Amino acid sequence: MNSKYLPLLATIVIFVLAYAGCTLQYPNMLSTRVIGNLLTDNAFLGIAAVGMTFVIISGGIDLSIGSVIAFTGVFLAVILQNTSIHPLLAFALVLVITTAFGGIMGAIIHYLDMPAFIVTLAGMFLARGMAFVLSIDSIPIDNEYYSTLTSLYYRLPGGGRLTLIGGIMLLVFAVGIFIAQRTRFGTNVYALGGGPQTARLMGVPVGRTTIQIYALSGFLAGLSGIVFSLYTSAGYSLAAVGVELDAIAAVVIGGTLLTGGAGFVAGTLIGILIQGLIQTYITFDGTLSSWWTKILIGLLLFAFILMQKAILFLSSLNKRYA
Amino acid sequence: MRSSLKALAYRLAPQLIALVVILLLNFITSPQFFNVVVQNARLYGSLIDVLNRGAPVALLAIGMTLVIATKGIDLSVGAVIAICGAVAASSIVSGNSVAYTVILTLSIGLACGVWNGFLVAVLNIQPIIATLVLMVAGRGIAQLITEGAILTFNDDGLTFFGSGSLLLLPMPVVTWILVGLLVILLVRRTALGMLIEAVGINRRASTLSGIQTPVLLMAVYMLSGLCASIAGVIVAADIKGADANNAGLWLELDAILAVVVGGNSLLGGRFSILGSLIGAMIIQAVNTGILSSGFPPEFNLIIKAVIIIVILVIQSPAVQSLAIFASRRQGGREQSK
Repeated sequence: MNSKYLPLLATIVIFVLAYAGCTLQYPNMLSTRVIGNLLTDNAFLGIAAVGMTFVIISGGIDLSIGSVIAFTGVFLAVILQNTSIHPLLAFALVLVITTAFGGIMGAIIHYLDMPAFIVTLAGMFLARGMAFVLSIDSIPIDNEYYSTLTSLYYRLPGGGRLTLIGGIMLLVFAVGIFIAQRTRFGTNVYALGGGPQTARLMGVPVGRTTIQIYALSGFLAGLSGIVFSLYTSAGYSLAAVGVELDAIAAVVIGGTLLTGGAGFVAGTLIGILIQGLIQTYITFDGTLSSWWTKILIGLLLFAFILMQKAILFLSSLNKRYA
Repeated sequence: MRSSLKALAYRLAPQLIALVVILLLNFITSPQFFNVVVQNARLYGSLIDVLNRGAPVALLAIGMTLVIATKGIDLSVGAVIAICGAVAASSIVSGNSVAYTVILTLSIGLACGVWNGFLVAVLNIQPIIATLVLMVAGRGIAQLITEGAILTFNDDGLTFFGSGSLLLLPMPVVTWILVGLLVILLVRRTALGMLIEAVGINRRASTLSGIQTPVLLMAVYMLSGLCASIAGVIVAADIKGADANNAGLWLELDAILAVVVGGNSLLGGRFSILGSLIGAMIIQAVNTGILSSGFPPEFNLIIKAVIIIVILVIQSPAVQSLAIFASRRQGGREQSK
C-alpha cells in the first residue's frame, strides 16, 4: 500500500461512511434523484475545482475563479441579449477570453517572479470589475437554445436525472484525471509542485508549464461560468462570490497537499461530493441552519489537514528525508 | 538618528511617491479633495475620510505585517472581524457594560489568534491552510452567535469607537495610529522585530540559534487576532450592528495587499509596519478617490486592480533587479567613495 494513496483513500472512506450514516437516518437519500441533484447542484463548483487542483498541485493558487465565473455569466447574458449570435459561438468566445486571462496571469507569475497569491488576487479584482462594467444588474437569459440545453438529461434507473451540466462535470473530471496521470503536461505539473528548482534541473519547461496551468484554470473557470449560467439562466456580476474558497476546500478535503507536488483530481470530486452531501443533509434535516455548512466544512478541513500531517509524519519515520 | 531617518525615507520612497501621486490624481479629479473643515469638534474632509475609512484595513495590516514577516499569512482576519463584531453586538444587546464588551471581544480575537498560532507553531501546518480553516468556518460561527440575524444596537459607549472623535480626529483614526505606534515601538525598541525577521528568513536556523520560535509565532498570530478584533469593534460600532455575512468581507485580501503595496515581501523577512500603513492608506485613497471623482462606480474594481498591478509590477523582483542594475551602472562611482 503506497502511502500517497492514503489521503485519497481516507477521503473516499469518509464519504462512504457519511453517506451511509445519512442514509440510515433518511433512507430517501440513497435515491438516484438525490445523487443526480448532488451532481447538478455542484457541477460549476466541481469544474472550477478541477482547474484549482492542477494549480494547487503545481504549488500555486488561483483566487480569481469566482470572479471569472461571474464575468462569464454576465458576458454571456449581455452578448445574448444584445446580439443575435448563436450561444455556442458565445461560449467559444468567452472560453478564449478566460483562457487568455489565465494565461496572462501565469505569464506574470513566471516572468515577473511574483507570488501567485497576489497576481491572482489582482486578477480577481480585475475580472469582477470587468463584470461590473458590463452590467451591474442581474440579466435573465431568455434563449431557446439555452432552454434546450437545460432540459437535456439522461434518465437514471430510479427516476434520477443526470443533467447535461452534471454530465459535463463528470466528463471534465475524467479528462482531468487523464491529463494529470497520463500526459507529459500532467507530469510536469507534479514536478513543478515538487519544487521549481528541481523541476528546472530535470528539464521541465517551467515558464511554459506555469502559463499552461493558469490558462487551464482560466479555461475551466470559463467553462464553469458557462455551466453556472445554464444552471441559473442569468448573469449577475455579484454571483459566485467565494467559489474559490469552496474549491480550495474541496481540493484539500480531496487529499491534495497545499504545498504542491501531491494529490489527485479524483480526490477533488469526492471533496465536492462531501461538501454537497453536507448541504443535502442540512436540507433533509430542515432544522439545522445553513451556517452549519460552513462550520462543518471548516471542521472537515481541519480534520483532513491533521490527517495529512499524521501521514507525512508516519512516512517520515520510514524515510529519513521524506 | 538622522541617518536612520534618511534610510527609512529611502526605503519607503516608492510607497510615499505612490501615495503622493494618487493624492495628486485625486486632487486633479476633484479639487475639493484637500479641503478640511472643523465641525462639532471634529475634522471633516476627504483626506480625513481616507484616514477614517482606512482604519479597519490599517489595523489588520499591522498584525498582517508581522505575520507575513514570519513567512506566514493570516487569511482568517476577515472572519475574525465578523466573529468579534457579532460578539460585541450580542454582548451589548444582552445588557453588558461597554468595558466588559470590549474586553470580551478583544479576548475572543486573541483566542482566534491562539487557535491560528497553535496550528502554525505547534502542529506545523502551513499558515495559508491553517488560517483557511477559520476563514471558512468563521462566518458560520459569527452567524451562530447572531443566530442568522443582523444584530443592531444603540449604545453610545460602543458606537463611540466607530463614530466618536478625540482631539479633533475620528476615533478609528486615533485607534489605528495608536495601535500602530505601540506595535512599532514594541518591535523596534526591543529585539522582537529582529527575531521575527529571523524566523521569517529561516525558521530552522532561528530555532537552532535559541529563538523560542513557537512562542514567537504564537504571539504574532495572537497580535493579528487582536488587531482584527479591534477592527471588528470599529466596523460593528460604525454601522451600529453586526452583519455576520458582510462584516470584514474580503478585508483580509485588502490587508495583504496593503502589506505587499507597503513594500513587504510575501516571502517573509524584513518588514516595515509604517510601509504597510502607508499601503493601507494608498488603497483607501484609491477607493475614496474613485468615489469622489465621479467615475461610474462600476469602474472602481478595474481601476483599483490596474493601480495595484502597476505598483506591484514596479516592486516585482524582476523589475527591481533591472532598476538596481541600471542605478548601479549610473551611480556606482559615487557609492564607491
